Amino acid sequence: MPADTLARPAASPPGAAAGHRLPSWFSTAALLLPTYGWLLIAIFLPLCTMLAFSFMNATPMGRAPVVFTLKHYKAFVTQPYLVGIAWDSLVIGFWTTFLCAVLGFFAALALARATAGRARETLLILILLPFWTNGLVRVFSWTMVLREGGFLDVLLHSVWPGAGSIGFLYTRPAIVLGLVHGYLPYMILTCYIALVTIDDAIIEAAQSLGARWWTILTRVLLPMALPGLTTGAILTFVPVIGSFMEPRILGGRVGVTMGTVIEDQFTQAFNWPLGAALSFTMLAVILAIFATFSGVLRRSTGGMA
Amino acid sequence: MTNVDITSVAKTYGQTPVLADITTHFAEGSFTSLLGPSGSGKTTLLRIVAGFITPDSGKVAIGGADVTDTPVYARNIGMVFQSYALFPHMTVAQNVAFGLARRGIRGAEARKLVDRALEMVRLPGFGERRPKQLSGGQQQRVALARAVVIQPSVLLLDEPLSALDRRLRQEMQVELKRIQRETGLTTIFVTHDQEEALALSDKVAILDRGRIVQMGPPAEVYEQPKTRFAAEFLGDTNFLKGTVVDGALRLSDGTLIRTGAPLPATGAAAMVAVRPEKMRIDAAGKAGDGAENRLSARIDHVIYAGPALTYALTASDSTALKIFAQNSTGAIHAEGSDVSLVWQPAHTIPMEDAA
Repeated sequence: MPADTLARPAASPPGAAAGHRLPSWFSTAALLLPTYGWLLIAIFLPLCTMLAFSFMNATPMGRAPVVFTLKHYKAFVTQPYLVGIAWDSLVIGFWTTFLCAVLGFFAALALARATAGRARETLLILILLPFWTNGLVRVFSWTMVLREGGFLDVLLHSVWPGAGSIGFLYTRPAIVLGLVHGYLPYMILTCYIALVTIDDAIIEAAQSLGARWWTILTRVLLPMALPGLTTGAILTFVPVIGSFMEPRILGGRVGVTMGTVIEDQFTQAFNWPLGAALSFTMLAVILAIFATFSGVLRRSTGGMA
Repeated sequence: MTNVDITSVAKTYGQTPVLADITTHFAEGSFTSLLGPSGSGKTTLLRIVAGFITPDSGKVAIGGADVTDTPVYARNIGMVFQSYALFPHMTVAQNVAFGLARRGIRGAEARKLVDRALEMVRLPGFGERRPKQLSGGQQQRVALARAVVIQPSVLLLDEPLSALDRRLRQEMQVELKRIQRETGLTTIFVTHDQEEALALSDKVAILDRGRIVQMGPPAEVYEQPKTRFAAEFLGDTNFLKGTVVDGALRLSDGTLIRTGAPLPATGAAAMVAVRPEKMRIDAAGKAGDGAENRLSARIDHVIYAGPALTYALTASDSTALKIFAQNSTGAIHAEGSDVSLVWQPAHTIPMEDAA
């Protein structure tokens, strides 16, 4: 038998190849399985567990009898202060995403269009630096800068000795500042990838047709980089809504966001079902926002004159 | 519809001169090809006219107005790129209307002009499609419509047909010539394809290392090349070297070759060029009327290509020669046979750069 199968390929390669080749769906499945298997075990199952918890009066690990309930989903009604916190979180999310988009787009534009070769590589690595530093270190170093009498004040007083303090630690702008610092690289990278693929000739064509820089920016570069901007916005907005480290450290007393409230439910109050219910509610809100925005974006790009 | 004047334009990148003191004139409504190998500066010259590159010195004038310091967007040029460079996020109609909107033409008037432009490039009804849905040839037609619809002062074509396959390229050559005639636009066309340049243009400019070595109508540049480079770059050429004796060229084996145009003074080294299709094989070796040039040679190879034959020969002064012959009689000269080559003195062109 082995001799037979070995001899056959030499005699008739097409037939033998068909016999040995795996069906294409098999290799696709084999390549995808590790990722999807990992996602299933590491993300999907815990998420399902959390979803189940959110409908219980208590976690099944305790001694109390477990009863099905929807009361955690009524938290926004029974505890109205949560609505305010959720709103604050969304506002912080919008500001962070907006600032990241503006700064990130122009930084990416400069990288993609004005630099080349080694300079570009170095600048890209510098952008990735925040990723290399520990998040906690990154956030705490901002407290040194922003606190009263911090580096920011020292800098100001060296120029204008009589001035008061401009330190704004424990305010909402401080939270946004810390979040922008942390999430800007995502936005720069997604915009950079979108912008670097734009052929120089397309910009030159626009110039030759009479377009100035403003027209090129709004009519050519922005629409063409929109997929990158959208991806960057999602990569920024979603984690920012759930963030709790930056609000807690840089926001102090004003730093109460959905992220910190949810974290408290798991680490302080040990009310996992409420924490889970709040998480899923915020997820629903975020998905609703994206659904609205994607519809608006599609219409605006499709119907552009 | 305006002329373009280039005066003493030079451009250097680092230590490398790309263009060296170019002065030339593109007449109103003319179709001029800039022809040369890569690195000859032809694209740089086109981009200086467009305004993408500022020359180190010299002046560029479009329609008599000095535009050397005018930015690209204010020059009113139409440009077509090798990569088409259509805006991928816009429809065909939006692409064509882009330049019109920059000139304040919008709405019904713009739509009318866009429709007319798309009709001119034979793509009526394609307005709502996206560039991605079109073939390469169709995309380049849209790019052409987009460049022409704004009624530019000058149409600049940067190897627009190089990305197309051979059959499509020939089709587009015809279209390009037709559209240029219809619009009457002064056109500058950069190409490295010599046949394309000869077939399309009123004038051909041959560039070599940043200089225009020869410029003129295609037939003149082909029939009367001035330098070895021009003769070699445009078509195939046989070169014969020798010394000048009494107004004729004496080859090393003593054969005298007469020329149409005057040669340098007696005793000087000189070189002449003869196109392969101008030479005729005279196998019988019978004496001619004496008015024609004669050179004995041996046939090394024959390449049979159906309607045409190519002979590779070695002349009596051991120069390698090439001859194109029409297969009109069906009689093919045998390899290894000794023959006489006959041609007119008028087709013997002295080279200015005697090597």
